[in-house]
Amino acid sequence: MNDRMMVEAAALSKRYGETQALDDVDLEVARGSILGVLGPNGAGKTTALRILTTLSTPDSGRAWVAGHDVVAEAAAVRRKIGVTGQDATLDELLTGRQNLVMVGELSRLRRAEARRRAKELLELFELTDAADRMVKGYSGGMRRRLDLAASLMMRPPVLFLDEPTTGLDPTSRQRMWGVIRGLVADGVTVLLTTQYLDEADALADGIVVIDCGRVIARGTPRELKAATGSQLLEVTLEAPHAGAAEALAAFSVGSVTTSDDGRRLWTPARNEPGLAVAALRALDAAGALVDDITVHRPSLDDVFAVLTGAAIAPEPENVRVPV
Amino acid sequence: MSASTTLTAEIGAPTLFGRLRSWWDDVWVMTRRNLIHVRRDPMQLSDVTIQPVMFTLLFIYVFGAAMVLPGGGSYKQFALAGLLVMNLTTSSVGTAIGLISDLSTGVINRLRTLPMSPRSILVGRTLSDLLAATLCGAIVAATGLVIGWRPETALPSVLAGFAIALLFSYALTWLNTSIAMAVSSPESAQGIIFIVVFPLAFVSNVFAPTQGMPAWLATIADWNPVSAVAAACRTLFGNPNPSATIPAWPMQHPVEASILWSLLILIVCVPLAGRLYRHRTSD
Repeated sequence: MNDRMMVEAAALSKRYGETQALDDVDLEVARGSILGVLGPNGAGKTTALRILTTLSTPDSGRAWVAGHDVVAEAAAVRRKIGVTGQDATLDELLTGRQNLVMVGELSRLRRAEARRRAKELLELFELTDAADRMVKGYSGGMRRRLDLAASLMMRPPVLFLDEPTTGLDPTSRQRMWGVIRGLVADGVTVLLTTQYLDEADALADGIVVIDCGRVIARGTPRELKAATGSQLLEVTLEAPHAGAAEALAAFSVGSVTTSDDGRRLWTPARNEPGLAVAALRALDAAGALVDDITVHRPSLDDVFAVLTGAAIAPEPENVRVPV
Repeated sequence: MSASTTLTAEIGAPTLFGRLRSWWDDVWVMTRRNLIHVRRDPMQLSDVTIQPVMFTLLFIYVFGAAMVLPGGGSYKQFALAGLLVMNLTTSSVGTAIGLISDLSTGVINRLRTLPMSPRSILVGRTLSDLLAATLCGAIVAATGLVIGWRPETALPSVLAGFAIALLFSYALTWLNTSIAMAVSSPESAQGIIFIVVFPLAFVSNVFAPTQGMPAWLATIADWNPVSAVAAACRTLFGNPNPSATIPAWPMQHPVEASILWSLLILIVCVPLAGRLYRHRTSD
């Protein structure tokens, strides 16, 4: 156990029948930081979260939250955590306020204290107007906010968020990100799962990529992007040119791909200064007229595709380059 | 929970009283939450409000017309205690339905991550259903009084009759809780519980004296806990109780038999339901 670590998992494994949901997973989240657990559907993210939040027990391996063993000291762990699940865990027939007060009282707050805290959170999450309506009538974004508010009733030092923005519109999503950043600024430790790379990129201090129950990569967003070792060079020609692909091959670290109409070419390229200018000169020398040239730094999407081999649906007319 | 010692040590109140107090607080929060549900969706209560009135009137006027009791007496006077027990028995099915619908929503996952007593979810449900059963009993009694049923003993004895019926009903909610925890869906729970509860309610002296049944069936009916409770209520209400002439022990000692049956069901089903709940919610 390390005092700096608010969440620590060592060699967690869990099997459901034929499926190895988790296979030897290690995780660490330092106090006051955000760890993003990234992976496709069914990768094992939720299983890991269920074990860390005492809802499930591992077949092997151990985990500690705020210094307490999640199996042997489950009750102590529950006093330190807030959990927001993928499915809203609210009571539809209660009002927003009643939901919060109930969670507060069951978290050992006194009734008056629970009411005060509920009022405070309803204001923070801009739910005051809807506070005394049944949750049944809430929109998706309101449910998510109320769900998060419920997780914060007893000011937990560690917060687990399972895909906190799945299904939210862009505005609600930005607002949720703002709330999460604010919590971390106040010293809360957050472990969140997400399928969205931009979310992990925008929020997380550290990222763990899980696929088929295994950790396949870990690091900061910057480290993961650097790990692909290349950038994407893309040119658009005024007209198709036979010598263009050959001219670009000199910079390529893979293969050069040409679009169907012959005007667009792209390739993974070495990470070197002045790449765009050098490529432009080479194309000019070959006699190709260039309309546009861009150098993309790899996004986490690219990293993810490389790591998981997952086919991210290509945009129309834009086939992804094999790196 | 193996970690409860750690928990209480942290709170700094490791006394038995402190633990009981917080357990009871949890139970009461869960009970209150179920009562809010009833207020929001009053039709949830139809099985303890409309159904008892309907059953009471139907059975007394439809069956009662053709019924002659051994040893004489009015069918209305005989039937009311039976209908009380029958209604309480069938309405206990609601416990299972309520619990399974809780388990099928995400609410239970949130509750399980809170530092609350896990068992208070079950206890809260049975307590709110006990309140519903009390309402059910009051409605059967009121319906009876309107159509001319009269208890012929003093008030304490009449109240004791209702108390015994409610104790039995409470025991049955734990039986149904166990069944609910053992099956997967609300539909299968309803199916299984009707297979258990209907014979329990009907193969008894609730609607008709057992003297007219084939001997083997009469034996089953005389040992059925529902018969003991109905006979106990009849005795305590001072209403006709033809079972008093049957030599089977529960019919000779219906009050003792009712209490023993209820305690037996509770002793078996309370721990069983807790174990099944833990088994169901852990993976």
